[in-house]
Amino acid sequence: MTFWEKLEKLDRRIIYAIITLAVVLPFFFRMGLPISVSPEVKAVYDYIDNLSPNDVVFISGDYDPQVDAELTPMFEAIVRHCFEKNVKLVVANVYNPQGVGLVEPRLKKLAQEYKKVYGVDYVFLGWKYGASLLIMKMGQDFKSAWEVDYYNTRLEDLPLTSRIRNYDDIALVVDLTGSGAYISWIYYAYVQYKQKIAAGITAVMAADSYPYLQAGQLIGLLGGLRGAAEYEQLIHHPGLASVGMEAQSWAHVAIILFIIMGNLGYFMTRRKK
Amino acid sequence: MFWKKQLPLIIVFVMGVVMAVQYFVPHQASEWVYNTYLKWGITIGIFGAVLGYFSFFRVHVVKIVKKAPGWGYSVITIVCTIIMLLAAALDGMGTGSYYMKIYLYTSAAINATVFSLLAFYISSAAYRAFRARSTQAVALLLAAIIVMLGRVPIGNYVSFWTAFHLPSINAISQWILNVPNMAAKRAIALGVGLGSLLMTLKLILGIERTYLGSE
Amino acid sequence: MHITTDPWVWVAFFFTLSVYTFLWKDNFLYKIAEHVTVGVGMGFAIALWWQQTVIGQFWIPLKTDFAHNFHLIVPAIMGLMMVTRVIPRFAWMSRYALAFTIGAGAGLGLPRVIQASILQQLSATLLPINFTAHGLGYNLIIFIGVLSGLIYFFFSKEHKGVIGGIANIGIWFLMVGFGATFGYTVMARLSLFIGRVLFILKDVLGMQLS
Repeated sequence: MTFWEKLEKLDRRIIYAIITLAVVLPFFFRMGLPISVSPEVKAVYDYIDNLSPNDVVFISGDYDPQVDAELTPMFEAIVRHCFEKNVKLVVANVYNPQGVGLVEPRLKKLAQEYKKVYGVDYVFLGWKYGASLLIMKMGQDFKSAWEVDYYNTRLEDLPLTSRIRNYDDIALVVDLTGSGAYISWIYYAYVQYKQKIAAGITAVMAADSYPYLQAGQLIGLLGGLRGAAEYEQLIHHPGLASVGMEAQSWAHVAIILFIIMGNLGYFMTRRKK
Repeated sequence: MFWKKQLPLIIVFVMGVVMAVQYFVPHQASEWVYNTYLKWGITIGIFGAVLGYFSFFRVHVVKIVKKAPGWGYSVITIVCTIIMLLAAALDGMGTGSYYMKIYLYTSAAINATVFSLLAFYISSAAYRAFRARSTQAVALLLAAIIVMLGRVPIGNYVSFWTAFHLPSINAISQWILNVPNMAAKRAIALGVGLGSLLMTLKLILGIERTYLGSE
Repeated sequence: MHITTDPWVWVAFFFTLSVYTFLWKDNFLYKIAEHVTVGVGMGFAIALWWQQTVIGQFWIPLKTDFAHNFHLIVPAIMGLMMVTRVIPRFAWMSRYALAFTIGAGAGLGLPRVIQASILQQLSATLLPINFTAHGLGYNLIIFIGVLSGLIYFFFSKEHKGVIGGIANIGIWFLMVGFGATFGYTVMARLSLFIGRVLFILKDVLGMQLS
């Protein structure tokens, strides 16, 4: 077997080992690579930054544990931003019940850190059945759509939610999702109620979302761990997404080298044949 | 026959036409229909979920009773479900409850790890399958590499050509995403939109009937 | 570095390693993890369904305002009729609830999909094409890309002559689009692995990272 043939048939375990090293080592040898901010992330930041303290942002954590690594850093960065600006926050999981277990503990932790009062500064609604029907019902009558919060308190009895009638009282909906849920938000909240929507989506979905961004159906977009890292830079609170970007950089370099090596092996063995 | 087949088809047609027309009619009666459906649709879904949970238990219990291959794993599944239900009933579902902790440290951790395995498989696939076999494949490969480099911080360092006033790899990547990628994805989205429109019409007109099931 | 003493973190660490053993080959540790996640996930969902929807969305409105909400009993019965699907003789009874929701869903979706996925997308494609960098570098290319992409997916006419040429341009746009998706997919998959590495380094080993 020639060198090129060996190169083409490299054992998968060697590839696994290299990718593991490319991800793990940057955490021990950091270079402090700067993260530039893209216009779509800046648009979300600017929109929230220009809100007044009494405005309400509705965050829907429509994701499950599979994509927790990408979306929770986004969730934390946006919640931090809202809490810092004293913007009121209503958090729910419209499309994904599994998101409850991921969002609730993080929200409570951040609320404690920023000394926010439940019911006044933020409310957690959890998951209710309905998905697109729930989105439409929120546009008709917010309180009857949800009835109670996650802890079974009636929304009428919470100062923050008692004043929300429909989308007219919500400045922005942020949908964090690993699926096409953000498109349903566009269909049922943007088209009918002209609700402003921002999406925080996994990188897998990101390339597909640009038509909606360019058409103005989304005010901005956070794509994958990179989007979360950019938002962390904007709020001057570098968290796990920013830390992870160095590992991401080197792992991408490793994959590009894999592609080049694989193609070299392929073309050299072909030429010999 | 009428009760089993024709009536469901009539219901689909009437509901479909009424709800589509309702969107364009800002009348009080139209609003009432819309609001009532939203309540009814949600309530149907809530109780329809029983079917899913019933099927889940039936699959695993049958497997255990028949001692089918891998029945022991079904025991684990059912026991875990019961533990979660007991945790919710006895300790509640609030912050820091056993219900939340068990979920976060078992199911969430496992799910996240299972999906992280894809990092290894996509690396292996990139090495073995990503070949520049044609000029169009080269376009795909180049776009992928530019996006991969342009979306990470190291992209700033490889753009040595910016000294000659040429756009950086980040800028090229941004342009690819905003222009050719966006155009391609919009063509696909329009196709999907038209397709779902036709599917909706087929449902309302009773041409598409697979939801009725067999018989 | 401060290794955790939290037993919950160790449980998560054990399951994380169990799943990674699959990289070597399929084994019983992976299978156990697989079934634990299904069981726990289902228990989590059922409890949530009971507390948040049956109690929160159905029982509480009925209890607090029976006069205005008693009609919800009808759709509740319709929903329960879905269960007849498992009894072949009575399976047809599930069709009413299905027909009701499918018909209404189709009707609700129709105007909104036309608006969002067709009309607004088309109007965002027809932008001013002039001799500026934006007009040529963005608007013109977007127009050509969408048009040629659509023609590529139009199979009612054979891809020959002018149509074939335009469809060919469409393939180039689609290839660049798929390349961008692949690049982003690599990014996504690696991010998930980075997430688990961060869990091990930060939560298990107690490293200060941020």
